[in-house]
Amino acid sequence: MTELHLTPQPIIDQLKKNDVTHVVWLPDSETNFMYERMAAEQSIALVSVCREGESMGVAAGLWIGGKKPVVLIQNTGMFESGDSIRGLGLDIGFPMVMMVGYRGWTRHGVTADSAARFTEPILDAWGINYFLVETDSDVDRISVAFEEAERTQSPVACLMGAEYG
Amino acid sequence: MIDMNDALALIEKRREDSIVVPTMTAGRGWGAISQDEFLDLPVSGAMGKASSIALGLCLAQPDRKVVLFDGDGSLVMNLGSMVTISGQAPTNLYHFVLENDVYAITGGQPIPNAGKFSFDGMAAASGYASTFEFDDFEEFATRIDEVFDATGPVFITLKTRPEIMDGPVDSRTSARRTPQAARELHDTLNG
Repeated sequence: MTELHLTPQPIIDQLKKNDVTHVVWLPDSETNFMYERMAAEQSIALVSVCREGESMGVAAGLWIGGKKPVVLIQNTGMFESGDSIRGLGLDIGFPMVMMVGYRGWTRHGVTADSAARFTEPILDAWGINYFLVETDSDVDRISVAFEEAERTQSPVACLMGAEYG
Repeated sequence: MIDMNDALALIEKRREDSIVVPTMTAGRGWGAISQDEFLDLPVSGAMGKASSIALGLCLAQPDRKVVLFDGDGSLVMNLGSMVTISGQAPTNLYHFVLENDVYAITGGQPIPNAGKFSFDGMAAASGYASTFEFDDFEEFATRIDEVFDATGPVFITLKTRPEIMDGPVDSRTSARRTPQAARELHDTLNG
Protein backbone atom coordinates (compact mmCIF):
# COMPACT_ATOMS: atom_id res chain seq x y z
CA MET A 1 0.00 0.00 0.00
CA THR A 2 1.34 3.45 -0.86
CA GLU A 3 1.88 5.69 2.15
CA LEU A 4 0.26 9.07 1.75
CA HIS A 5 2.40 11.95 2.92
CA LEU A 6 2.46 15.68 3.28
CA THR A 7 5.84 17.13 2.43
CA PRO A 8 7.03 20.65 3.13
CA GLN A 9 8.00 22.00 -0.28
CA PRO A 10 4.55 21.77 -1.92
CA ILE A 11 3.10 23.68 1.02
CA ILE A 12 5.75 26.36 0.84
CA ASP A 13 5.20 26.58 -2.90
CA GLN A 14 1.54 27.27 -2.15
CA LEU A 15 2.50 30.06 0.26
CA LYS A 16 4.77 31.59 -2.36
CA LYS A 17 2.11 31.23 -5.04
CA ASN A 18 -0.23 33.23 -2.82
CA ASP A 19 2.37 35.95 -2.09
CA VAL A 20 2.57 35.21 1.62
CA THR A 21 5.10 37.53 3.28
CA HIS A 22 5.05 36.28 6.87
CA VAL A 23 4.31 33.07 8.74
CA VAL A 24 3.25 33.83 12.30
CA TRP A 25 3.61 30.63 14.22
CA LEU A 26 4.24 28.55 17.26
CA PRO A 27 5.74 25.12 16.51
CA ASP A 28 3.64 22.00 16.85
CA SER A 29 4.15 18.34 16.03
CA GLU A 30 1.80 18.41 13.03
CA THR A 31 3.62 21.21 11.22
CA ASN A 32 7.13 20.80 12.61
CA PHE A 33 8.24 19.11 9.40
CA MET A 34 7.96 22.40 7.56
CA TYR A 35 10.19 24.36 9.91
CA GLU A 36 13.62 23.98 8.37
CA ARG A 37 12.34 24.54 4.85
CA MET A 38 10.38 27.63 5.92
CA ALA A 39 13.36 29.03 7.80
CA ALA A 40 15.44 28.68 4.65
CA GLU A 41 12.85 30.35 2.38
CA GLN A 42 14.08 33.86 1.70
CA SER A 43 10.76 35.30 0.56
CA ILE A 44 8.90 34.49 3.78
CA ALA A 45 9.67 35.90 7.24
CA LEU A 46 8.99 33.70 10.26
CA VAL A 47 7.56 35.41 13.34
CA SER A 48 7.69 33.15 16.38
CA VAL A 49 5.23 33.90 19.18
CA CYS A 50 5.21 32.73 22.78
CA ARG A 51 1.53 31.77 22.84
CA GLU A 52 -0.89 31.27 19.98
CA GLY A 53 -3.22 34.05 21.04
CA GLU A 54 -0.53 36.54 20.04
CA SER A 55 -0.52 35.23 16.49
CA MET A 56 -3.88 36.75 15.60
CA GLY A 57 -2.81 40.18 16.79
CA VAL A 58 0.54 40.06 15.02
CA ALA A 59 -1.09 38.82 11.84
CA ALA A 60 -3.78 41.51 12.04
CA GLY A 61 -1.14 44.20 12.45
CA LEU A 62 0.81 42.84 9.50
CA TRP A 63 -2.28 42.80 7.29
CA ILE A 64 -3.38 46.28 8.30
CA GLY A 65 0.14 47.45 7.50
CA GLY A 66 -0.01 45.96 4.00
CA LYS A 67 1.57 42.53 4.34
CA LYS A 68 0.10 39.08 3.71
CA PRO A 69 0.56 36.84 6.73
CA VAL A 70 -0.55 33.29 7.40
CA VAL A 71 -0.99 31.90 10.91
CA LEU A 72 0.46 28.45 11.59
CA ILE A 73 -0.64 26.97 14.93
CA GLN A 74 -1.98 23.75 16.43
CA ASN A 75 -5.71 23.23 17.03
CA THR A 76 -5.10 23.52 20.77
CA GLY A 77 -3.58 26.93 20.13
CA MET A 78 -6.55 27.87 18.02
CA PHE A 79 -8.77 27.21 21.02
CA GLU A 80 -6.53 29.40 23.15
CA SER A 81 -6.79 32.19 20.55
CA GLY A 82 -10.57 32.23 20.61
CA ASP A 83 -11.22 35.80 21.69
CA SER A 84 -8.61 37.11 19.28
CA ILE A 85 -10.13 35.17 16.38
CA ARG A 86 -13.47 36.72 17.30
CA GLY A 87 -12.29 40.28 17.87
CA LEU A 88 -9.51 40.58 15.32
CA GLY A 89 -10.40 37.99 12.68
CA LEU A 90 -14.16 37.94 12.44
CA ASP A 91 -15.10 41.43 13.70
CA ILE A 92 -12.50 43.27 11.63
CA GLY A 93 -13.18 41.16 8.54
CA PHE A 94 -9.56 40.10 8.25
CA PRO A 95 -8.99 37.77 5.27
CA MET A 96 -6.69 35.55 7.31
CA VAL A 97 -5.73 31.98 6.41
CA MET A 98 -5.00 29.85 9.46
CA MET A 99 -3.05 26.66 8.87
CA VAL A 100 -4.03 24.59 11.87
CA GLY A 101 -2.21 21.46 12.94
CA TYR A 102 -4.98 18.90 13.40
CA ARG A 103 -3.72 17.16 16.51
CA GLY A 104 -5.64 13.95 17.17
CA TRP A 105 -7.04 13.64 13.67
CA THR A 106 -7.34 10.09 12.42
CA ARG A 107 -8.87 9.19 9.11
CA HIS A 108 -10.88 6.37 10.61
CA GLY A 109 -12.86 8.59 12.97
CA VAL A 110 -11.76 7.07 16.27
CA THR A 111 -9.66 9.35 18.46
CA ALA A 112 -9.02 9.66 22.15
CA ASP A 113 -7.84 13.22 21.74
CA SER A 114 -10.48 15.80 22.58
CA ALA A 115 -8.50 18.39 20.66
CA ALA A 116 -9.57 16.69 17.45
CA ARG A 117 -13.16 16.17 18.58
CA PHE A 118 -13.66 19.87 19.21
CA THR A 119 -11.81 21.34 16.23
CA GLU A 120 -14.45 21.25 13.52
CA PRO A 121 -17.44 22.01 15.77
CA ILE A 122 -15.70 25.12 17.07
CA LEU A 123 -14.84 26.31 13.56
CA ASP A 124 -18.45 25.65 12.60
CA ALA A 125 -19.63 27.68 15.59
CA TRP A 126 -17.52 30.61 14.46
CA GLY A 127 -18.74 30.24 10.90
CA ILE A 128 -15.17 29.75 9.69
CA ASN A 129 -14.89 27.51 6.64
CA TYR A 130 -12.06 24.98 6.53
CA PHE A 131 -10.27 22.60 4.20
CA LEU A 132 -8.52 19.37 5.12
CA VAL A 133 -4.95 18.97 3.85
CA GLU A 134 -3.57 15.47 4.40
CA THR A 135 -1.32 14.71 1.45
CA ASP A 136 0.62 16.52 -1.24
CA SER A 137 -2.31 16.03 -3.60
CA ASP A 138 -4.44 18.17 -1.24
CA VAL A 139 -2.19 21.22 -1.09
CA ASP A 140 -4.02 23.18 -3.77
CA ARG A 141 -6.76 23.54 -1.18
CA ILE A 142 -4.46 26.09 0.43
CA SER A 143 -4.89 28.32 -2.61
CA VAL A 144 -8.63 27.75 -2.43
CA ALA A 145 -8.52 28.94 1.17
CA PHE A 146 -6.64 32.11 0.22
CA GLU A 147 -9.09 32.83 -2.57
CA GLU A 148 -12.08 32.34 -0.29
CA ALA A 149 -10.58 34.47 2.49
CA GLU A 150 -9.99 37.32 0.07
CA ARG A 151 -13.42 36.99 -1.53
CA THR A 152 -15.30 36.86 1.77
CA GLN A 153 -12.94 39.19 3.70
CA SER A 154 -13.07 36.69 6.54
CA PRO A 155 -10.83 34.02 8.10
CA VAL A 156 -10.54 30.56 6.51
CA ALA A 157 -8.72 27.53 7.97
CA CYS A 158 -6.66 24.72 6.49
CA LEU A 159 -6.57 21.73 8.80
CA MET A 160 -3.18 20.05 8.41
CA GLY A 161 -4.01 16.42 9.03
CA ALA A 162 -0.61 14.73 8.81
CA GLU A 163 2.37 14.66 11.16
CA TYR A 164 5.22 14.32 8.80
CA GLY A 165 6.23 13.73 5.24
CA MET B 1 1.96 60.30 39.59
CA ILE B 2 1.32 61.53 36.08
CA ASP B 3 -2.00 62.64 34.67
CA MET B 4 -2.63 60.36 31.69
CA ASN B 5 -4.13 63.12 29.57
CA ASP B 6 -1.14 65.42 30.15
CA ALA B 7 1.18 62.67 28.95
CA LEU B 8 -0.94 61.91 25.91
CA ALA B 9 -1.12 65.58 24.97
CA LEU B 10 2.64 65.93 25.24
CA ILE B 11 3.21 62.92 22.98
CA GLU B 12 0.59 64.07 20.51
CA LYS B 13 2.59 67.24 19.89
CA ARG B 14 5.48 65.22 18.56
CA ARG B 15 3.71 62.29 16.96
CA GLU B 16 4.42 63.43 13.34
CA ASP B 17 3.26 60.56 11.09
CA SER B 18 3.45 57.84 13.71
CA ILE B 19 0.84 55.13 13.88
CA VAL B 20 -0.69 55.23 17.36
CA VAL B 21 -2.23 52.16 19.00
CA PRO B 22 -4.08 53.06 22.22
CA THR B 23 -6.01 50.51 24.24
CA MET B 24 -8.46 50.56 27.12
CA THR B 25 -8.40 53.83 29.11
CA ALA B 26 -5.87 55.41 26.78
CA GLY B 27 -8.19 54.73 23.86
CA ARG B 28 -10.68 57.24 25.18
CA GLY B 29 -8.07 59.79 26.19
CA TRP B 30 -6.23 59.61 22.88
CA GLY B 31 -9.43 59.73 20.87
CA ALA B 32 -10.24 63.11 22.43
CA ILE B 33 -6.98 64.77 21.38
CA SER B 34 -5.66 62.98 18.32
CA GLN B 35 -5.14 65.20 15.31
CA ASP B 36 -4.98 62.31 12.85
CA GLU B 37 -7.48 59.59 13.61
CA PHE B 38 -6.75 57.84 10.33
CA LEU B 39 -3.33 56.88 11.70
CA ASP B 40 -4.86 55.66 14.99
CA LEU B 41 -5.86 52.10 15.81
CA PRO B 42 -7.76 52.02 19.12
CA VAL B 43 -7.87 48.41 20.29
CA SER B 44 -10.84 47.22 22.26
CA GLY B 45 -11.84 44.03 20.46
CA ALA B 46 -9.25 41.62 21.86
CA MET B 47 -8.12 42.24 25.41
CA GLY B 48 -4.41 42.21 25.93
CA LYS B 49 -3.51 42.02 22.26
CA ALA B 50 -2.60 45.65 21.56
CA SER B 51 1.09 44.81 21.97
CA SER B 52 0.82 42.01 19.41
CA ILE B 53 -1.02 44.21 16.92
CA ALA B 54 1.58 46.95 17.38
CA LEU B 55 4.33 44.44 16.62
CA GLY B 56 2.63 43.42 13.39
CA LEU B 57 2.34 47.07 12.37
CA CYS B 58 6.01 47.65 13.17
CA LEU B 59 7.07 44.75 10.98
CA ALA B 60 4.80 45.84 8.15
CA GLN B 61 5.79 49.51 8.30
CA PRO B 62 9.45 49.58 9.39
CA ASP B 63 9.96 53.17 8.23
CA ARG B 64 7.17 54.55 10.38
CA LYS B 65 7.15 54.92 14.16
CA VAL B 66 4.51 52.93 16.04
CA VAL B 67 3.50 54.35 19.42
CA LEU B 68 1.60 51.94 21.66
CA PHE B 69 -0.32 53.08 24.74
CA ASP B 70 -0.82 49.85 26.64
CA GLY B 71 -2.66 49.37 29.89
CA ASP B 72 -1.07 47.55 32.80
CA GLY B 73 -4.05 45.22 33.08
CA SER B 74 -3.93 44.70 29.34
CA LEU B 75 -0.22 43.95 29.25
CA VAL B 76 -0.25 41.42 32.09
CA MET B 77 -2.75 39.43 29.98
CA ASN B 78 -0.09 39.08 27.29
CA LEU B 79 3.31 39.21 28.96
CA GLY B 80 4.78 36.74 26.50
CA SER B 81 4.38 39.42 23.84
CA MET B 82 7.29 41.30 25.44
CA VAL B 83 9.54 38.35 24.63
CA THR B 84 8.04 38.02 21.16
CA ILE B 85 8.62 41.73 20.54
CA SER B 86 12.19 41.58 21.76
CA GLY B 87 12.80 38.61 19.50
CA GLN B 88 11.72 40.58 16.46
CA ALA B 89 13.49 43.73 17.74
CA PRO B 90 11.49 46.38 15.87
CA THR B 91 13.47 49.60 16.17
CA ASN B 92 10.35 51.68 15.41
CA LEU B 93 8.29 50.61 18.45
CA TYR B 94 7.63 52.91 21.42
CA HIS B 95 5.74 50.77 23.92
CA PHE B 96 4.22 52.90 26.67
CA VAL B 97 2.47 51.21 29.57
CA LEU B 98 0.18 53.43 31.62
CA GLU B 99 0.60 51.84 35.03
CA ASN B 100 -2.24 52.84 37.33
CA ASP B 101 -2.48 49.51 39.21
CA VAL B 102 -6.19 49.00 38.45
CA TYR B 103 -8.63 47.82 35.83
CA ALA B 104 -9.97 51.33 35.34
CA ILE B 105 -12.72 50.61 32.86
CA THR B 106 -14.36 47.89 34.94
CA GLY B 107 -14.63 50.00 38.07
CA GLY B 108 -11.12 50.21 39.49
CA GLN B 109 -10.37 46.74 40.82
CA PRO B 110 -6.66 46.13 41.51
CA ILE B 111 -4.67 44.14 38.99
CA PRO B 112 -2.91 41.10 40.45
CA ASN B 113 0.03 41.94 42.71
CA ALA B 114 -0.49 45.63 41.90
CA GLY B 115 2.51 47.82 42.64
CA LYS B 116 4.76 44.93 43.62
CA PHE B 117 6.37 44.07 40.30
CA SER B 118 8.28 46.05 37.69
CA PHE B 119 7.27 46.39 34.06
CA ASP B 120 10.55 48.23 33.51
CA GLY B 121 12.45 45.27 34.91
CA MET B 122 10.46 42.79 32.83
CA ALA B 123 11.02 44.80 29.66
CA ALA B 124 14.76 44.97 30.21
CA ALA B 125 14.95 41.28 31.06
CA SER B 126 12.83 40.41 28.00
CA GLY B 127 15.32 42.16 25.75
CA TYR B 128 13.89 45.58 24.91
CA ALA B 129 16.73 47.76 23.64
CA SER B 130 15.85 50.75 25.85
CA THR B 131 13.64 51.17 28.90
CA PHE B 132 12.46 54.19 30.86
CA GLU B 133 10.24 54.68 33.90
CA PHE B 134 8.63 57.96 34.95
CA ASP B 135 6.38 58.93 37.84
CA ASP B 136 6.77 62.68 37.44
CA PHE B 137 5.36 64.61 34.49
CA GLU B 138 8.05 67.30 34.54
CA GLU B 139 10.81 64.72 34.33
CA PHE B 140 9.01 62.93 31.51
CA ALA B 141 8.54 66.22 29.62
CA THR B 142 12.20 67.09 30.10
CA ARG B 143 13.43 63.72 28.84
CA ILE B 144 10.92 63.01 26.09
CA ASP B 145 13.48 63.66 23.35
CA GLU B 146 15.73 61.07 24.96
CA VAL B 147 12.85 58.58 24.82
CA PHE B 148 12.12 59.09 21.15
CA ASP B 149 15.81 59.17 20.22
CA ALA B 150 16.56 55.92 22.04
CA THR B 151 17.34 52.70 20.24
CA GLY B 152 14.17 50.65 19.79
CA PRO B 153 12.21 48.77 20.74
CA VAL B 154 11.71 51.26 23.55
CA PHE B 155 9.62 50.48 26.64
CA ILE B 156 8.34 53.34 28.76
CA THR B 157 6.49 52.93 32.05
CA LEU B 158 4.39 55.93 33.04
CA LYS B 159 3.01 55.73 36.57
CA THR B 160 -0.38 57.37 36.08
CA ARG B 161 -3.39 58.34 38.14
CA PRO B 162 -6.31 56.04 37.40
CA GLU B 163 -9.40 57.37 35.66
CA ILE B 164 -11.94 54.95 36.96
CA MET B 165 -15.12 54.31 35.05
CA ASP B 166 -17.88 52.86 37.19
CA GLY B 167 -20.98 54.26 35.63
CA PRO B 168 -23.40 52.13 33.62
CA VAL B 169 -21.74 50.70 30.53
CA ASP B 170 -24.54 51.94 28.29
CA SER B 171 -23.94 55.55 29.35
CA ARG B 172 -20.27 55.65 28.39
CA THR B 173 -19.02 57.34 25.25
CA SER B 174 -17.14 54.86 23.14
CA ALA B 175 -13.72 55.15 21.66
CA ARG B 176 -13.70 54.73 17.89
CA ARG B 177 -14.47 51.09 17.19
CA THR B 178 -11.61 48.77 16.29
CA PRO B 179 -13.12 47.23 13.13
CA GLN B 180 -13.80 50.62 11.58
CA ALA B 181 -10.41 51.99 12.62
CA ALA B 182 -8.60 48.90 11.32
CA ARG B 183 -10.17 49.23 7.89
CA GLU B 184 -9.47 52.96 7.75
CA LEU B 185 -5.85 52.52 8.83
CA HIS B 186 -5.43 49.72 6.27
CA ASP B 187 -6.71 52.05 3.56
CA THR B 188 -4.55 54.94 4.78
CA LEU B 189 -1.37 52.89 4.80
CA ASN B 190 -2.00 51.05 1.55
CA GLY B 191 -3.57 53.69 -0.61
